[in-house]
Amino acid sequence: MVETVVSSALPVDELLSIKKNRLEPEHQSGREKRICIVTGTHGDELEGQYVCYEVNRRIQAHMENLRGIVDIYPALNPLGVDSITRGIPKFDLDMNRIFPGNKEGSMAEYIASEIVNDIDGADLCIDIHSSNIFLKEIPQVRISEETAKKLVPMAKYLNVDFIWVHSAATVLESTLAHTMNMRNVPTLVVEMGVGMRITRQYCEQLVDGIFALMREEEIWDGEVQQPREPVVSTDGEVSFINAEASGVFIPTVEHWKNVKKGDPIGDIVQPLTGKILHHIDSPVDGEVFTLREYPVVYEGSLIARILGGIKR
Amino acid sequence: MTKEVLFRIEAPYRDELRVHGYRFGKGDKAACIVGAMRGNEVQQLYICSQIIHTLKELERRGCISSGKEILVVPSVNHFSMNIGKRFWPSDNTDINRMFPGYNEGETTQRIAAGVFENIKDYSYGIQFASFYMQGDFIPHVRMMDTGYQNPSLANLFGLPYVLIRKPKPYDTTTLNYNWQIWETSAFSVYTNATDRIDEKSADQAVASVMRFLCRMGLIKYYGHSGYIASVLEEDELMSVRANAAGIFRRLKGPNDTIRMGEVMAEIIDPYEGDVTMQIVAPTDGIVFFAHNEPLVLENTVVFKVIRRLHK
Repeated sequence: MVETVVSSALPVDELLSIKKNRLEPEHQSGREKRICIVTGTHGDELEGQYVCYEVNRRIQAHMENLRGIVDIYPALNPLGVDSITRGIPKFDLDMNRIFPGNKEGSMAEYIASEIVNDIDGADLCIDIHSSNIFLKEIPQVRISEETAKKLVPMAKYLNVDFIWVHSAATVLESTLAHTMNMRNVPTLVVEMGVGMRITRQYCEQLVDGIFALMREEEIWDGEVQQPREPVVSTDGEVSFINAEASGVFIPTVEHWKNVKKGDPIGDIVQPLTGKILHHIDSPVDGEVFTLREYPVVYEGSLIARILGGIKR
Repeated sequence: MTKEVLFRIEAPYRDELRVHGYRFGKGDKAACIVGAMRGNEVQQLYICSQIIHTLKELERRGCISSGKEILVVPSVNHFSMNIGKRFWPSDNTDINRMFPGYNEGETTQRIAAGVFENIKDYSYGIQFASFYMQGDFIPHVRMMDTGYQNPSLANLFGLPYVLIRKPKPYDTTTLNYNWQIWETSAFSVYTNATDRIDEKSADQAVASVMRFLCRMGLIKYYGHSGYIASVLEEDELMSVRANAAGIFRRLKGPNDTIRMGEVMAEIIDPYEGDVTMQIVAPTDGIVFFAHNEPLVLENTVVFKVIRRLHK
C-alpha cells in the first residue's frame, strides 16, 4: 500500500510528499522482519528507480513467498529527481549531510527527521546510490570500518562485485546510513552505475542480491540466485587517479577490466590545439572499478579508482 | 601593499582561475581576511574591496604597525560569480565545505588546499560568510565551538552580538572550523546581505574589522568604540516556524523588538490573497534572523529570536 511518510506544502498550490510502498504478507504473526529499500536522495542518481520497480514487480508477482515487510522508498528527494537536480532545490546542503535531521530546522531538515523516524525500528535498510554524472561505478557496497564486522557478512548476499571498507570521516556522520546504523538499523550503502542513467544489468544484479539477502533474513521464501563472491577491500588497496591538466578526457581502458602497472588509462586532450595535455598510465596492477564518464575535466577531477592486486 | 596570485588553476574552456591576495605590512602573520567563497557573495566581495581600499590609505599614511602582516583575499570563487552560480561551476561543490583541502584530490579540494596553505598560520582569521538558510541577520560575529574559540576576542569587533555555534558534522569542513583547528583565532562576520550590496551594513562590517585590527595592535585607526557584544549560544535562539506555505509578508525584521503574541509575519494565499496564517511571537525578545524571500515553504524556520532580551 502506498503511504505518505511526510509531506510539506510548497508555496503555490503543491504538496511535497515523500512516499513509500509497503508490501506485507496477508497473514502476519506480528514478528515479521522489516526491510527498507531507499533511494533518490540525490536527484541525479536514478539507478535505484529501476531497482525499486523490479523489487516491487517480483514481489507482487509472488506474494505467496513474502514472509516479512518490505518498505520501498523510491525518492527521498522527489523535487530533485523531478527537476534533474542533485540536491534539494533552493537548499544549500547535500541531503545526505543533514541526517538525522531536525524538527526545528529548515524544511529539508524537518523532512530528514521524519524519514529517519519512519525507517527507525526496521531490521535492515539498503540505501541505493548511483555515483554522480561524472563517474561510473561497478556494483559495490561501501561500509565504514566501525560497522564492518556487522555489515560485511550481510553485504556479501547483495550480489555485488566489490565491498569497500573505508575509514570513518566526521563529515559522513551526517549521512542517512550512519544515522540508521547508530540506531541499530543495519544499513548498507550501495553505489553503482552512473548519474542520470539506468544500467539495467547492474540493477538486475542488485535486485537478485536483495532477494538473496531477504531470503537469508527470512523476509522472502522464494527461489533466489546464489550471490557472487565479492572482493572485499580496504582503503589501502585502492589507488586514485586524478586529472593533472584541464581538458577533455578520452579513456582507453574499459570499466571493470584488469590493467597492469604502466598500461594506458586514457588521455586528457585539448580540442583547440590537438595536443595531449596529460597521458595517464595505471600506477598499479589491478581493476578499474571507478571510471570517469563525463569528459570535461579540471585539474583534480577524479579519473579512475583502481583496486590493486586483483586479477580475475 | 603587494598584490599577488596565491593560487591558480587552469580551466578547459575559460580563463584560468586566479585567487589574489593583498598583503599589507611585513612581518608576523597577524591577520587574514577572506571574502567571497561562493558565487553569490557580492556583499562579502564588496566589503573586502572596501577593506583593501581603507588599508591602502592607512598604509600610505604609515598606519600599518611594523613587524605585522595583514593578508586580504577578496574572492576565491569568482568563476561562479561571473556566471551567476553559487557553487563551483562544473560539479556544484561548495569550496567552503572542502577545508582543509587536499592537494591531490578533486578540483575544489585542491582550490581549498591551495588557498588554505596561504591563509593558515595567521594569528587571526576573519571570513565574510553567508548562511545556508535564506534570510537577513543582525550583523554579528560567529564562532564555532571547537574548544579553541575565544569569545572575548570576538567582542573586540564591537558588533552588537557574538554567536557561538556548536559544530555539526557538515561544519567540520568549513574554513572557520579548520582555521581554529590550525590554531588561528577564527571569526565569521555576518552582515544583513549576500547577493546584493547593503552599503550601511558593509560600512559597519568594514568599521568592525578596522576596530578589531586596531585593538589587536595591527593598525593605527581612530574609530568609534562600537558595542560591548551580547554573547549568544545558537541553541538558545528560539526558532519560529511557518506552519503553512504561501506568500510571505514580513512585518518584523532583524533587530526589531517583539512582544509575546505580536504578529511577526503573515502568510497569504497565493491565489486568493487571504491571510491564511499569522505568525505570532512566541516570546518577548529581539529578532536575530528573518526569512527574506517572498515565498515560504511549510515547516520552514522564518525567524530566530533572542529570548527575553531588551535593547
